[in-house]
Amino acid sequence: MKRTRLYDSHKKWNARMIEFFGWEMPVEYKGIIDEHMAVRTKAGLFDVSHMGEVVVRGKDALAFVQHLTPNDAARLAPGQVQYTALTTPEGTFVDDMLVYCVGPEDYFLVVNASNADKDYAWIVAHAKGFAVTTENRSSAYSQLALQGPEAVAVLQELTALDLAHIQSFHFAFGKVAGVDALVSRTGYTGEDGFEIYMVDPNPGVVWDAILAKGGDHGVMPIGLGARDTLRLEAKLMLYGNDISDKTTVLEADLKWICKFQKGDFLGKAVLERQLVEGVRRKIAGFEITDRGIARPHYPVLVGGTKLSEVSSGTFAPFLKKSIGLAYLPIEHTVIGTEIGIGIRDKVVKAKVVPTPFYKREKK
Amino acid sequence: MYPREFRYTKEHEWVKVEGGEAVVGITDFAQKQLGDIIFVELPEVGRTLGAHDSIGTIESVKSVSDIFAPVAGEVVAVNGELGQAADLVNKDPHGKGWIVRLRLADKAGVEALMTVSDYEKYLEGLEA
Repeated sequence: MKRTRLYDSHKKWNARMIEFFGWEMPVEYKGIIDEHMAVRTKAGLFDVSHMGEVVVRGKDALAFVQHLTPNDAARLAPGQVQYTALTTPEGTFVDDMLVYCVGPEDYFLVVNASNADKDYAWIVAHAKGFAVTTENRSSAYSQLALQGPEAVAVLQELTALDLAHIQSFHFAFGKVAGVDALVSRTGYTGEDGFEIYMVDPNPGVVWDAILAKGGDHGVMPIGLGARDTLRLEAKLMLYGNDISDKTTVLEADLKWICKFQKGDFLGKAVLERQLVEGVRRKIAGFEITDRGIARPHYPVLVGGTKLSEVSSGTFAPFLKKSIGLAYLPIEHTVIGTEIGIGIRDKVVKAKVVPTPFYKREKK
Repeated sequence: MYPREFRYTKEHEWVKVEGGEAVVGITDFAQKQLGDIIFVELPEVGRTLGAHDSIGTIESVKSVSDIFAPVAGEVVAVNGELGQAADLVNKDPHGKGWIVRLRLADKAGVEALMTVSDYEKYLEGLEA
């Protein structure tokens, strides 16, 4: 199993470790509920070094990124980030990802750990005819995420970068606790916060500094368990659960990342047709109104008939409700629609609700 | 950590014999594995259980697990407090977090379970 450079830190903080797509990662430290609440009310520190990083450079770097993705990378100025996808010709997902515009001929793509090798092979296979160089830098990079309302105050104590000037979905290069880093105002929790990318062989320095400075602010380390409950409350997609090469971008309710005016991209024709004709099914959020917790693959029923399966489901620690996502025939995605979730030998009641389930109040 | 007078199973349940009855719960090791517990689904009082029958389920944030009857018997009481406070199983697994009370079908079933020293050795094997 692969380990991140923070492995010893996790041991020191008494993490429970699990296997996650070939990586030995912390699933929890103090407990999922405490960790989840810390991120919603104070701040939490995540090791997400398993994520993949791909560099695309060259004269055609922008044209190539435009070809691979449905969002409009031409709108990015250097220092800006965009959420987008790697799409198949069928308009489905190879992966979802962030695109960083480092310079006009220099893009930095951040992809899921579980897909990093597949994505890189996909990118290389589609580079023919583009004047670009590509490099899979996943093993060089460590990534920490500091998320929560206190994140900016804690991180500001450790960097000369003026964080007030790094707005949401922007980034800058600078030192954090003396270590060279790319500091990005992004995250996967629904909170304000930062993702910090480093090639330094010893990112533990930054980990330790954040937890030392953050102690007074209530910062604690957060495992993958709470990362999943946090992202689901905020209805952020998880590849393999909520999106895959079997679901289109429009079915995933991500029309906002499809910029049809920008020119051609992989999957455009299918997605444009789907936009005109309307999707037959769409991802919808639900809340269980009986007692029970929905888990991935549990059946979703309407009138006793199985219509689909739960793609993600959990007990939401901040909302204190059982929530989930599922693809439903479009006529059943109306807010308030009653559905049933098959939990072992019972069918429990649930209803379609607006998403995101949780939205932070902006200051 | 683990009460001397209890008996234990490989599925990390404990049994405390009180006369002809037995109180059943899950061990501290089990609650740590499960993490934050949200619901405990309990059996009906009066149900007769064979050893290894499912008593109910425990739902934690990240997983769901069956609870099995360590010994045969009739359910004479369930811990109703868990309906409002399932996290008692996390906070006090060997005490207030008990799950069911059984009228034992026979005592031989209990004698076959692990003693505390057997269970502690078993755990060392798992953690090694």
